[in-house]
Amino acid sequence: MSPIIISAPLDEAHIASVRAGDEVLFNGTLYVARDRAHERMSAMIARGEALPFDARGQILYYMGPSPAPPGMVIGGAGPTTSSRMDPFTDVMLAAGIKCLIGKGRRGPAVRESLVSRRALYCASFGGAAAYLNRKIVSAEIIAFEDLGPEALYRLQVKDFPAVVVNDICGGDLYESAIRA
Amino acid sequence: MSVKRSIHTDAIHSAIIAELEKINFILAGEVVKAFSSMKDREESALAKKTLELLGENARIAGECRIPLCQDCGSVVIFMEIGQQLVIEGDALSTAVDAAVGEAYRKFYLRKSIVRDPLRRENTGTNAPAFLHTDIVPGDALRMMILLKGGGSENMTALKMLRPTASLDDIVEYIAGHVREAGPNPCPPLFLGIGLGGTADVAMVNSKKAVFRGLGTSHPDPFYAKLEQRIMDAANETGVGPLGFGGVSTVAAVFIREAPTHIASLPVALNLNCHSLRCSEAVL
Ligand code: SF4
Repeated sequence: MSPIIISAPLDEAHIASVRAGDEVLFNGTLYVARDRAHERMSAMIARGEALPFDARGQILYYMGPSPAPPGMVIGGAGPTTSSRMDPFTDVMLAAGIKCLIGKGRRGPAVRESLVSRRALYCASFGGAAAYLNRKIVSAEIIAFEDLGPEALYRLQVKDFPAVVVNDICGGDLYESAIRA
Repeated sequence: MSVKRSIHTDAIHSAIIAELEKINFILAGEVVKAFSSMKDREESALAKKTLELLGENARIAGECRIPLCQDCGSVVIFMEIGQQLVIEGDALSTAVDAAVGEAYRKFYLRKSIVRDPLRRENTGTNAPAFLHTDIVPGDALRMMILLKGGGSENMTALKMLRPTASLDDIVEYIAGHVREAGPNPCPPLFLGIGLGGTADVAMVNSKKAVFRGLGTSHPDPFYAKLEQRIMDAANETGVGPLGFGGVSTVAAVFIREAPTHIASLPVALNLNCHSLRCSEAVL
């Protein structure tokens, strides 16, 4: 089966049509945030401030790149462990994020939020930092520059690969892989 | 005993930089080979594709000089220092940390170390390295360097089993932990196991174990057999490459055993991810 193409902003019908285990390719914009950026964004939301970008229908990628060598837009750029972002995830989904990309399992509360808020969780290829670098066309820091590799980035990607782990029907690729 | 040889910390400094450059960009041939033989054993298309992509990642990392993984790790160094060797120059740890800082800056590697576990200010250099030294016979200095990413390090485990635990109990505990860790440590894993010692010794041995050499099995047939049993059980879990499902959850098992107390059986597990970045140099 050829991979499903996903681009932001995501529409409802598209989200509803993909299932855990589907291979996907992302094209267009991804927003990059990890631990500290999540902490700051959820504090902004709690204070009633606007986020540095319009989150509606957007895709959030959990990643902290290595520095861009001369002549490259970014360095190694593979996913980081998603569960560290679990405490902030419902807030981000409530703000309008429709798809999350990272690696590793999510906790039960996040899996419930994904179903109730109709959003997807995908895993990209953990540790494939050089391979994924080649799928990133441009990268710019849009906020929290002081956080270094933990800053908030906007990426443009082309054929950036991932696999759907949690769909909106409660399907879970990691769970179904395990033999009882 | 007379001193036979001296070495300057400048030589240690340059050797560390050379090793760090190599292991951040070049995946060991044995690991690449393991990816392709695991791919042949997989039936699921996604598992095959994942292993192929990891091989491709290694090729691109080497050719384009992009780090194998963006988590360029904690630098763990085991040094065996011959007792007839004198180290001249800077303090050893100063030389080691300066080498780490220089390598991580010069090669555009990610700096992931914070100075304090609670206040969490990045040191900006990826130093300090986590340096273990042992005094051994002879006049050589042997350095074993391992980069350890946070995702896999966070899946580390230690269990103090009963000394009467059976081999089945041990195998079951280890396979159970691998199943539980699932996708998080980026399998296929190179599983280091420390058995025996005190708790701290078992943990250190679980990290050192991989330096027995990729592609080798334990020299003691009893432990070689146990390694095979652990590998088979872990690969029965179904976790597979990156947790997407399959039979390649553990690529290799390395047991390092030590004498222990009559009341104890420590089992320490170091789950090295597929991005196995380790090397050895003798000066
Ligand atoms: S577990 Fe290993 S391969 Fe995976 S992100 Fe961490 S360092 Fe990279």
